[in-house]
Amino acid sequence: MKLSFSAQDEQFRTEVAGWLNANLTGEFEKLKFRGGPGDEHTYPEERKAWEKKLAEGGWTCVGWPAEHGGRACSIEQQVIFFEEYARAGAPGRVGHIGEGLTGPTLIAFGSEAQKEKYLPGIVSGEELWCQGYSEPGAGSDLANVKTKARFDEDRGQWILNGQKVWTSLAHEADYCFVIARTDPDSVAHKGLGFFLIKMDQPGVEIRPIEQITGTSEFNEVFFDEAECDAQDIVGAPGDGWKVAMGLLGFERGVSTLGQQMQFQNELDEVVALAKTNGAARDPIIRQRIARAHAELKIMRYNSMRMLSGQSGSDGSLQKEALIYKLFWATWHRGLGELAMDVMGPECEILDDGPYELNRLQSMYLFVRSDTIYGGTNQIQRNIIAERGLGMPKEPRVTAK
Amino acid sequence: MEFAFTEEQEMIRDTAAAFLAEVSGSEAIRQVMATEQGYDPALWQRICGEMYWQAIHIPEAYGGMGLGYVEVVAMMEQMGKHLLCSPFFSTVCLASNALLVAGTEEQKSLWLGKLCESGLTATVAFNGGSSSWNADAITATWKRSGDDFVLNGNYRYVVDGHTSELLIVAAREEGSTAEDGISLFLLPAATAGVTSEWLPTMDQARKQASVDLSSVTVGAEALMGEAGRGWSQLAKVLDLAAIALAAEQVGGCQQLLDMTVEYTSERVQFNRTIASFQAVKHKAADMMLQTEVARSGIYYAACVAQEALFGGELAVELPEAASIAKSYCSDAYFAIAGDSMQLFGGVGFTWEYDVHLYFKRAKSSEQMLGGGSVHRERIAVALLDEGVVS
Repeated sequence: MKLSFSAQDEQFRTEVAGWLNANLTGEFEKLKFRGGPGDEHTYPEERKAWEKKLAEGGWTCVGWPAEHGGRACSIEQQVIFFEEYARAGAPGRVGHIGEGLTGPTLIAFGSEAQKEKYLPGIVSGEELWCQGYSEPGAGSDLANVKTKARFDEDRGQWILNGQKVWTSLAHEADYCFVIARTDPDSVAHKGLGFFLIKMDQPGVEIRPIEQITGTSEFNEVFFDEAECDAQDIVGAPGDGWKVAMGLLGFERGVSTLGQQMQFQNELDEVVALAKTNGAARDPIIRQRIARAHAELKIMRYNSMRMLSGQSGSDGSLQKEALIYKLFWATWHRGLGELAMDVMGPECEILDDGPYELNRLQSMYLFVRSDTIYGGTNQIQRNIIAERGLGMPKEPRVTAK
Repeated sequence: MEFAFTEEQEMIRDTAAAFLAEVSGSEAIRQVMATEQGYDPALWQRICGEMYWQAIHIPEAYGGMGLGYVEVVAMMEQMGKHLLCSPFFSTVCLASNALLVAGTEEQKSLWLGKLCESGLTATVAFNGGSSSWNADAITATWKRSGDDFVLNGNYRYVVDGHTSELLIVAAREEGSTAEDGISLFLLPAATAGVTSEWLPTMDQARKQASVDLSSVTVGAEALMGEAGRGWSQLAKVLDLAAIALAAEQVGGCQQLLDMTVEYTSERVQFNRTIASFQAVKHKAADMMLQTEVARSGIYYAACVAQEALFGGELAVELPEAASIAKSYCSDAYFAIAGDSMQLFGGVGFTWEYDVHLYFKRAKSSEQMLGGGSVHRERIAVALLDEGVVS
């Protein structure tokens, strides 16, 4: 075991930190520590400009291969990049879905034409993406999607009808990748297609969802005879589930260290507050803060294990990777509760009316979604028990 | 950065696992734990003579194998999994570390040499009966008498104290308080005025003793380090031991999880295995989460301990890494042991099934060297007690 980074990697760290320090200034100064989960609605135009600034410096798609416009950074360098990015307080990325999900999916499964058409816009920070997976009837049971895609021979287009939900950044995105049913008589994970849809067209309507924070970062997206070019289906009709699941496998944990740096920023704020308002003298609060601190440290070690380990070539995850979502989501939800208990009665008082939450209040409310989206804690436990421990699968009830 | 075992470390771990599966089955554990001695001397000689485990992290200059603390942690994890009854923890994780950290060159050459060669058993005694496990727990005293030192007092919770051939004891200068005045002394168990007595324990697989010192007079050669300045060294030894103990706890977590998955996959009720119920699967998933998180904690702590003992920039993290590992692993082990017993149902409550052995070890190792709340308070002091408005 070896925990230190090489001198070359430390040099890279200096380079990243230096660039961020020099560029996260002026018009971008106000973006510091903004735009993360729960705060996605802030400064959309400035954050889009920031994407282009990053691209100019060559700091988008750092982990992509060079042939596709990436920086071809090693795992270590990617870790360093995400750590320094978060340490500098650089804003939540509006380009993360394209960079983290669309790009790797197209590199793995896409046609040459698709790569040529879409990858450059992601690298340059000019084209943003959103994800069309969940539907009102397909949440935990994702394979139950009902959105339909039929091929119109005359127009040479796929025509989509249906509804997606919980689509973050849909109102900012240029494109959406969508799973939809190409075989109308199919059920579950068979008969699906994976489509690349242009958002700016008459057949696409976006409606924001107002969340418990009073803000909106998720949306409903309605497809009413929406069009998709024949060459913009990834894989063959019927391969959609394979592509969709492959995409989920690209989240290999490199960005988790950056996410943890954000958690650290939040915990630092809670600790500072506890020291200022006297909560740090409460023995129970002390125990809870110490526990949060200890578990966040271990979260980092767990990610280091994930990154050093070998996941299965079939996309299967090692045990430390299987438990990661359940662990961080539950931890983060607990941090929200701790933050309010440290604030005490002040936790009720808002910065301003009608509903101006401060950062910790907003975090406290938003983290309730952490244990729900991306696989609820209950679904995570099923996955851990079945894939990690080999326990029996949930019985399937056949649809009538 | 490579946060994974090397191939050689994996080989050491797998060899240990295979050996332990052979020598430390349920029958063997039960036979040995029923004795006052608490270990099988023939097996200990095999471990020392054939496997050379007692010498694993002792430098070659003192006759050891010259491997590191990551290897010690990997071994302790396996010993915890197989609940090995042996003086390994007391001898290697307490006494050897004390010699490495605080011993003079002469003391190291002499005692580490004996340890490596003959399988000498040894332990550390410091706690006079406190649940704080810090310097305040040291109540035994020393005073000078010419060139000699005279020691008085008693100790509780001394792991293998009744069978160890060598005792390393902490005492404070008469009249000193807190972290001042503390010294470590080397006492062969046969030294006049030293008596030790077995304390029967709920967890029979780990033996504890009380040790009494009654006007024990020793020469300067028994003193480790500088008189009165031993606390920082002892604190380091206790942190190293806590990391080893946490590793043992992770092994116990893994064994309980494996046993529980196996049992619930066989046990049929309502015409299905109980492992097919979500109420059971979700509890097992939580057990796996805690086990893996605990494992990440001890692997990092092992790397820190390695550098604390043999040099490196991570050394400064030792107190925090030890407290993080010991608090998380203590809580995880006990929670998993409780859940395991629940999922085994009635049979988990019997003496016949092994669950209770681990359930009892979970509590005894949680309390040993400080439980979750003790170590979290240590973390809280470091985190919160600077710049507080009072």
